[in-house]
Amino acid sequence: MRKLLTSNEAVAEAVKMAKPDVIAAYPITPQSPIVEKLSEMVESGELDSKFVRVESEHSAMGVVIGAATAGARVFTATSSHGLAYMYEMCWWAVGSRLPIVMALAARSIGAPWNIHGDHLDLMSMRDLGWIISVAENAQEAFDMTINAFLLSEEVNIPVVVAIDGFTMSHTAEVVNVRQVDIPPRKQAYRILPGMEVALNAVAFGEARMLARYDLARDLEESAGLIEEKFGGLVERYRLEDAEYAVVVTGGLSGDVKDAVDMLREEGVKIGVMRLRFIRPFPRKAVRELPSQVLVVDRANTDLRGVLSVEVAACGVENKNVVAGIGGKYPTVDELHSCFRRFVDGKLSDVEWLI
Amino acid sequence: MRLDPIISKATAGSAGETGSWRNFRPVVNSEKCSGCKECFYYCPEGVIEVKGVARIDYRFCKGCGVCREVCMQKAIVMVPEE
Repeated sequence: MRKLLTSNEAVAEAVKMAKPDVIAAYPITPQSPIVEKLSEMVESGELDSKFVRVESEHSAMGVVIGAATAGARVFTATSSHGLAYMYEMCWWAVGSRLPIVMALAARSIGAPWNIHGDHLDLMSMRDLGWIISVAENAQEAFDMTINAFLLSEEVNIPVVVAIDGFTMSHTAEVVNVRQVDIPPRKQAYRILPGMEVALNAVAFGEARMLARYDLARDLEESAGLIEEKFGGLVERYRLEDAEYAVVVTGGLSGDVKDAVDMLREEGVKIGVMRLRFIRPFPRKAVRELPSQVLVVDRANTDLRGVLSVEVAACGVENKNVVAGIGGKYPTVDELHSCFRRFVDGKLSDVEWLI
Repeated sequence: MRLDPIISKATAGSAGETGSWRNFRPVVNSEKCSGCKECFYYCPEGVIEVKGVARIDYRFCKGCGVCREVCMQKAIVMVPEE
């Protein structure tokens, strides 16, 4: 069925399809409409889930960890400061190897205060060990959320699905809400009443390091499964014969593609590699890029953007543009003139599109 | 994927015997001890058993001294470990 949905609503529709046993979340802009929609579905009986209202994001993740430990399919969602508050529990979730799905409506983190989109909250998740997927539009937000449940339960690693705050979370597009039969919950272990076990007891000696190694290895290896069954780690746009490539992730990719189309009309052989996943990082695909690479980032680590550093870590030298921080969104024309300077060799090593 | 570091069947001392952390050893004077269980209730490690008088499990007692502080009979003294 085709519906007009914001990315927030598309995520909620996908979650409904996955029929989670437990949903716990605390409201925060711009994520709130996801769980508002879900709570309406629960209230009306359309969705048979336990909706747990909590006093904080820290507790929201705590609730889904507890429920998942007992074998429940779970969902939560957050943004920005909510993620910051939840951060500790994100480590417990992944270290416990529990299948958990979270949506993140990516948003700036204060100070200074700003509710609009960028990827600074999202990129703070890189070291956790979570699988990190980033949607480009409402359709992909729907598809990725469905896939997140399947993938997470396959590899026993939590999965976050990021959508860009406001430009996606609050913007309606036509979405094909396809019916998907999600198989019964699968996970590596369950703890049920009557079982006398210690969960996450102190792990000295080599135990902690082995657990962390297993997680890192399984995260890397999930790349194969993602390529095979879940739409791949990257999307290649007009890259076949490209001499120049722009690397980007998230909703800005649409505008980047438009700007690249303009350059194509001017005869420049340029394409786009859109990263659908940040973890596992698509190293193989990045190493196949043409020699001239520009990375467009919506989050910085120092003066450089986060993805620029990630791409450089694959041995791929790149120019870097930091754009769209706190919703300071570049126009297609601005992107076009920036890419034109890149192609003409006039772009500095790192530039901020302010 | 190894599950042992995540879920385990706990046994006494499987994560190490924390008594080795102790700098001061609480010693109960059984003549003064009234068996009131105040130390039992306060012990953060749950290593005190009271059957008539308090007995401390030195394999796990970390020597924090809370028992000495709460003892109403002043029956516990902290002795430096060798």
